Amino acid sequence: MSSEVVTRDSSFFKKYVTLRKHEAKITWKKMKLSRNCYLFLLPYAVLFTMFYVFPVVASIYYSFTYYNILESPRFIGLSNYISLILEDDIFLLGVKNTLLIAIVTGPLGYIMSFLFAWLINELPRWVRSVAVIVFYAPSIAGNCYVIFSVFFRGDAYGYVNAALMNMGIIDTPKLWLIDPKYMLPICMLVILWMSLGTGFLSFVAGLQGVDRSQFEAGYMDGVKNRWQELWYITLPNMKPMLMFGAVMSITQAFGVCDVTMALCGYPSTDYAARTIVTHLFDYGFSRFEMGYACAIATILFLMMILCNKAIQSLLRRVGT
Amino acid sequence: MSRKNKQETAVNKPYKKKLIKRRKPNRSIAGDIVLYVFLLLVALIMAFPIIYAVSSALKPLDELFKFPPRIFAQHPTTDNFSDLFVTMGKSWVTFSRYLFNTVFITAVGTIGHLLVASMGAFVLAKYEFPGNQAFFKLVTVAMMFTGYVTQIPNYLILNKLGWIDTYWSIIIPAFASPMGLFLMKQFMEGLPTSLIEAAKIDGASEWKVFYSIVMPNVKPAWMTLIIFQVQALWNNKASTYIYSEERKTLVYALQQIQTGGIARTGQGAAVLVVVMIVPILIFVFSESQILETMASSGLKD
Repeated sequence: MSSEVVTRDSSFFKKYVTLRKHEAKITWKKMKLSRNCYLFLLPYAVLFTMFYVFPVVASIYYSFTYYNILESPRFIGLSNYISLILEDDIFLLGVKNTLLIAIVTGPLGYIMSFLFAWLINELPRWVRSVAVIVFYAPSIAGNCYVIFSVFFRGDAYGYVNAALMNMGIIDTPKLWLIDPKYMLPICMLVILWMSLGTGFLSFVAGLQGVDRSQFEAGYMDGVKNRWQELWYITLPNMKPMLMFGAVMSITQAFGVCDVTMALCGYPSTDYAARTIVTHLFDYGFSRFEMGYACAIATILFLMMILCNKAIQSLLRRVGT
Repeated sequence: MSRKNKQETAVNKPYKKKLIKRRKPNRSIAGDIVLYVFLLLVALIMAFPIIYAVSSALKPLDELFKFPPRIFAQHPTTDNFSDLFVTMGKSWVTFSRYLFNTVFITAVGTIGHLLVASMGAFVLAKYEFPGNQAFFKLVTVAMMFTGYVTQIPNYLILNKLGWIDTYWSIIIPAFASPMGLFLMKQFMEGLPTSLIEAAKIDGASEWKVFYSIVMPNVKPAWMTLIIFQVQALWNNKASTYIYSEERKTLVYALQQIQTGGIARTGQGAAVLVVVMIVPILIFVFSESQILETMASSGLKD
């Protein structure tokens, strides 16, 4: 009886193999037929693999080694991760700061992007295009955010200090960008100012494309006000854009470093404005501990991908 | 006067009578007013730092430190800009060299990216072949993490290739930016397939279809790729991969000026304007095309 099972198994196995072989043959033939397609894709595919796919793999590999560029990498197992989580207090502070910034500016920036895109949607055409420029400009204005360091200057000449002192709310100037207490909120403010980016453009364009007749149908079916209209008609139509916008804001929220480095200095007082990315720079390009830096990069990578997947599965339920 | 004319033409042409848009049924006037006031306020807040940057670039030095500060310059001058060029004109590496570096990197990086990404996007959007879906999935995943994650391995790869401290270390990786391919592919999917088939029946080769049928038809997407790429490259400090001063970019040099302290405040403000004006101008002139492209930017699953 057991032999019977074996023969049945093996015949099943054989069938499986022949089937796979057949499929592989068909795929091969298809591939041969679409040779031109591969030729077209080749330049991009090569560069993409070289500078996006391979680096992620390499980063995961190096994260298990000790590597300082001069010597060849030495395998040390998980100890990079262990020392990151158990010994490196500054890294944990960086994670905390990054998460705080991401939790505040990510969702808020996302909601702002959608809200303003939705509000300007009904404006006349030329007002809308001016509004798009006004809202979008901060995110492409290069390092214009440096101007905030003038507003929040620590002495009495800083505008915020001067205004608050004139109003009698504070009596001595606050060191906004040096005092660890105020650093993160100010950075968040600046990041929010810049958060109407690519996702916002996508929303504006998507809202223009929503089918008008659906609104009329909704009106017939008893949609009473603009909020119901938003939830029952606009949002379900906008789902693909919402997904895209979410990807953009998550990527931005976790990658924060430019603003904190420009405003609070690098390194900042008590590392109060340290983020994961600044920690990565510190180890990668100042101390040349590439293995350790790659471990940081891998953690950041996992955080971003997991967060993206979670948000996407959440967004799939919108309007249903 | 002109308004009267407009009204008259509106009366003459009844289909243009929608000077005041027909109100939608689901809107209350009070709600509209509140929302518009709110929008106006937010727009002012958003625009304020940029307006302030521009106006302080136009302020003479004594006005910059005036207290209480004024938002608009009373005697606008372009002194700060000319000072900037004087300061940088005699420096070791001249201003024109920095400018050349940035323009070269931006131009080559943008054109190359446009070409490479469009070629890839064309076959991904319009042909079925094994690996098509999988590759595109991979590209969308790549959009989900920032460039910082890959920066260190990239450094090692560029080092192996011997590209560290050359322009190529910035330009070539920029070719492969996943965002451009994604937007281009989504936009090209909206192109009628019959157009391509017709050209093929007429005996056009694959390449000919690409450059004389597809590319001219996706011009809005060009502008979009260009704005994203220009914005990324123009603001690229290039300080991680490039060491030699004579190959560094404008933004890097300008940041050195900004750190020059109180005496350079005016020039620092001028720097901000020089850096931000290029991406913003490109956006202003190509807004409608960009929005047309973004309409197809949705992420379907």
